[in-house]
Amino acid sequence: MTAAANSVEVRNLQTYYGHRHILRNVSLEVRQGEIFVIMGGSGSGKTTLLNHLLGLLTPSSGSIRLLGRDINAIDPVDKQDLRTKMGVAFQSGALFSSMSVGDNIALPLREHTNLDETTIGIVTRLKLEVVALAGFEHLMPAELSGGMIKRAALARAIVMDPKLLFCDEPSAGLDPVVAASIDDLILRLRDAMGMSIVVVTHDLDSAFKIADRICVLDKGEVLALGSVDEIRASPNERIQNLLNRRTEEAEVDPDAYLRRLMGIKEGEEDEPQGKPL
Amino acid sequence: MPSRLHALLDRLGHATIRAVEEFGFAASLFGEALWWLAMGRARRQPVRMAPILAQAMEIGIAALPIITVLAGTIGLMLAIQGIYTLRTFGAESRVTLGIALSTVREFSPLITGILVAGRSGSALAARLGTMRINQEVDALTVMGISPVRFLVVPPLVAMAVMMPLMTLWADLVSLFAAGLYVSAQLQTSLAAYGDELLTILRLNDFMHGLAKSSIFAALITIVGVVNGASVSGGAEGVGRMTTRSVVHAISAIIITDMVFAFMVTR
Repeated sequence: MTAAANSVEVRNLQTYYGHRHILRNVSLEVRQGEIFVIMGGSGSGKTTLLNHLLGLLTPSSGSIRLLGRDINAIDPVDKQDLRTKMGVAFQSGALFSSMSVGDNIALPLREHTNLDETTIGIVTRLKLEVVALAGFEHLMPAELSGGMIKRAALARAIVMDPKLLFCDEPSAGLDPVVAASIDDLILRLRDAMGMSIVVVTHDLDSAFKIADRICVLDKGEVLALGSVDEIRASPNERIQNLLNRRTEEAEVDPDAYLRRLMGIKEGEEDEPQGKPL
Repeated sequence: MPSRLHALLDRLGHATIRAVEEFGFAASLFGEALWWLAMGRARRQPVRMAPILAQAMEIGIAALPIITVLAGTIGLMLAIQGIYTLRTFGAESRVTLGIALSTVREFSPLITGILVAGRSGSALAARLGTMRINQEVDALTVMGISPVRFLVVPPLVAMAVMMPLMTLWADLVSLFAAGLYVSAQLQTSLAAYGDELLTILRLNDFMHGLAKSSIFAALITIVGVVNGASVSGGAEGVGRMTTRSVVHAISAIIITDMVFAFMVTR
């Protein structure tokens, strides 16, 4: 597998927040045109990993290459260029609440291209058709339902025809039918546009349905990385617990238990967030 | 006791570091905003006119009615107090001097600054804070759009243009309202009052007030943005930082006013 064929390459990524070791030696690659699912429970570090992939956080050590470029080493103009080639659909949608759905989707076009308004309008409506939201461009984000917000966010993420698409929890908080329709949409996008898609989710059904390969994160480590069948057949107990929705036995550590009871905190820092501006 | 002292010193140290950090963030933000204003086009991210105009409407034009009312009231108040004070010496006829200089040099820029800080500075902090907790700022970043260029520069430019204009308007309204009261009380004509104003006021006095209002404009914007960008902890955090931005902006305005007056009039 050559470097050019990999859309994402993460090598030995380590991150700390205060004294907390959040990601431990994470290495993975996402191949051209595949749907790669990053899976893990709450607090497994998957959101932190995504924020690193998006360049919103700087790693303590290790490298991240997107479309062959190291995002922490390229100059700002190239980074801006790279960012026009990737799309991101955030968990909450992150639509700009002061703009209509249409303006939200048109924003990257208005900012990064010299297209005239007519063309921008056509492209915007085209993308709304793709996510089955045609005719909703005049609504404000506050007037949309949860599923519609996710689909509008996807439309905005793909408006520049990116080579690489990131989706954060695309089906979280949606009813099963709407969640399934979002999964179908992600599959259609890959098939129609040939983009590489990285999906972060804790939804097992959705992960198995759309993934080409799955990476299971646990406590900041890559527990397993492989195709859907390999993950299903994994003998690892923690993975089987995750797959069968079993809660894990809490480890017995009397010292830690005593420290907690005494109110002695360790690593009380919050989760790292993106840059303020 | 030593442990309590230790805790106190610890808190004091942390608070100092946070204050220095915040000041540094504000300074770098201001620098970055000016950089985007100058270099945006070369970096294929020009600062666009439409959002600046929209902000100018919101910050300036929409505030005109309330500025007019407040400036008029201040003018009347100054005239009433001025005549009352000078009556002690039988020098009511000299009241115009005090009104003219205090309005143009102090009251107009100050009242405009405080009003804009309460109206637009807080709105800026709340908007940015909400955008931050909704990941909208992250969304801009990953789209390759600089949040500073997109969110900070338009209000900064709009504020810098509108504040001096609003101060000038407040000067006119305030002096006019004072004139109405003075001419009625002292049985002189409004024209005589106007004549007196023209002999008293020099360009320097106007410039003193307008220069201050430009500094206030930068202060209000940066304080609003820094507080908005530092929001954490959901809706409650937005409320807390919005309040903080108003308090900080008004404090900064009043202190800067004093420092400016001290430096320039000595």
